[in-house]
Amino acid sequence: MSGQHQTAMSFSPRRVAAMMLRYWYLLRSSWPRLLDLVYCPTVQMITWGFLQYYITTNAGFFARAGGTFIGAVLLWDILFRGQLGFSISFLEEMWSRNIGNLMMSPLRPFEFITALMVMSVVRLSIGAVPVTFLAIAFFGFNLYGLGLALVAFFLNLMLTSWAIGSFVSGLILRNGMGAENLAWSIMFLFMPLTCVYYPVSTLPVWLQPVAWILPPTYVFEGMRALLIQKVFRPELMLDALALNAVLFAGGVFAFLKLLQSARRHGSLMQTGE
Amino acid sequence: MCAMPDSPPIAVDRLVKIYKTIPAVDGISFTLAPGSITGLLGGNGAGKTTTIATIMGLTTPTAGRVTVLGADMPRQRYRVLQRMNFESPYVEVPMRLTVRQNMTVFGMLYGVEDLRGRIAQLGRELDLTDLLDRPTGRLSAGQKTRVSLAKALINNPDVLLLDEPTASLDPDTADWVRAHLARYCRERHATVLLASHNMTEVERLCERVIIMKRGRIEDDDTPAKLLARYGRRTLEEVFLDVARGNGESREAAQ
Repeated sequence: MSGQHQTAMSFSPRRVAAMMLRYWYLLRSSWPRLLDLVYCPTVQMITWGFLQYYITTNAGFFARAGGTFIGAVLLWDILFRGQLGFSISFLEEMWSRNIGNLMMSPLRPFEFITALMVMSVVRLSIGAVPVTFLAIAFFGFNLYGLGLALVAFFLNLMLTSWAIGSFVSGLILRNGMGAENLAWSIMFLFMPLTCVYYPVSTLPVWLQPVAWILPPTYVFEGMRALLIQKVFRPELMLDALALNAVLFAGGVFAFLKLLQSARRHGSLMQTGE
Repeated sequence: MCAMPDSPPIAVDRLVKIYKTIPAVDGISFTLAPGSITGLLGGNGAGKTTTIATIMGLTTPTAGRVTVLGADMPRQRYRVLQRMNFESPYVEVPMRLTVRQNMTVFGMLYGVEDLRGRIAQLGRELDLTDLLDRPTGRLSAGQKTRVSLAKALINNPDVLLLDEPTASLDPDTADWVRAHLARYCRERHATVLLASHNMTEVERLCERVIIMKRGRIEDDDTPAKLLARYGRRTLEEVFLDVARGNGESREAAQ
C-alpha cells in the first residue's frame, strides 16, 4: 500500500518540464497570446498613472502618498495576472480538448499544478516586467525601489493567485466550460475586500475582519506603509504568509477533490459546457 | 512498475457505472488475454465509451472492479499508466503545436527513452516524416488521425484502448491505419480493446467481439462463432439482430 502511495505521490521534474514546454510552444506559436500578456497591464498602468499624476498635483495628502496608486495597480496586476496566467494555461487544455490526454497520462496532479504555477510566473514576467519599466519611464515610479519588500509582496501575491487558480481550475474540471467565466472574474470579488487602493480602515467596521482574513490585504497595507510612512512592516508579511499557507493548501486540496468528483461524474470525458 | 505475473492485461468484474440515476454500464464482466485484439460493439449509448473511460481510469466505477495489468483502476493507475495509451475522438492533441512538438511533450510525459529516435521511427512508420514540423491543426483529417495514433503509440504501450480509431477517415487511410495497428499488436504482443461502429474493421482486426446494449453485454464470442450462432454472413447483420432484439425473438421462437 505504501508503494502504491509513493507511486501516486511521486514527482517527476521531467513531466513538469514537458508541460512547461507545451505551454512555451503554444505561447511562441501565437503572437496574439503574447500581445495579450502585455497589452492589458500597460493600459491599466497608464490609466492609473495619469490619475495619480492628476491628484498628486491637486491634493496635499496624495502628494505625500506618491506612487501608491501605481504601486497598487502593479501589485494588483501581479495578483490578478498571476491567477489568470495559471487559469489560462489550464484553460488551454480545455479549449484544445487535451485534458483527457493529460489525465490519462502518467502526469500527476501535483506536477500539473507545479507546471501551471511556473507558467503563471513566466506569463507574468512577459507581461508585467516591461510594464514596470514603462512606469519608470512615464511616471518615475520604480517598483524595484521597494527593494526586498517587493520580494515579500510578490511571494505572497503569487501564493494567493496559485491558490485561487487551483480552486478555479478544479471547478472547471468538475463543471465543464460553464465555469470558465469564474477564471476571468473571481479575482474581482477580492478587489474591494483586499483594499487595493484604500486602507482597511476605510471599510465598515463589521467588514474589516473579513478583509484581514485575505492575505493580499496585508500586502497592500504593507505597500502603503512603505510608500507613505516609509516603514517596512515584516509582521504583515509573516501574517500574510501564514494565511497563504492555509489558502494554498486549501486551493490544492479543493483541486484534488474536484478532480476526484470529476472522475466520479465522468466530466473528464465531456469537456464542453 | 511490473504487472502481477498472472494478472490479465484487462479484467472487468461486475462493473457498474451510474451517472446520477442513469445506468451507463450495468454489471458487465470480461477479461482480455495478453496480445489479443477485442472489439467492443454497441449502438450509441450502449456504454462502450464509459467502459473504456473506466478502464483508462478517467471515471470511477459506481460498483465492481476494473484492473489493468494487475492495477486497480483508478486507485492504482499510476502503477500502469506508463504502459497504457489510448486514442479517442473525445480528445485531441493540441492543434497549435507541430507534430514533433506534440510528440516531444507526450514522449516526455510518458518517460520515453531516446525520444528523438522514437519520433523519427513513428514518423517513418506512420508516414509522418514530412509533416513533423507542421502545426497539427493544419493537417487533413486523415493526417490528424495518424498523429493521434502516433501519440497513442509513443510509449510502445502494452495495453492500447481505441475508441473509433478510423472514424471520419476515407477507406484507403482507414485500411492503412488498421494494417498498422494489426502489425503493431503482432510485433509488440500488445493487448487492444477497440470500440467501433465499423463492422468491417472489427471483422478484420478482432479475434473476439463483445456486443453491448443498454449497458450490458449481450454477446461475447469470436466473430466466426457469432456469425454461426445468429445464422448471419456479416457482423453488421449480427449487430442489427442484437440492436433490434431479433436474437431474443429467435431464441424465444426456438
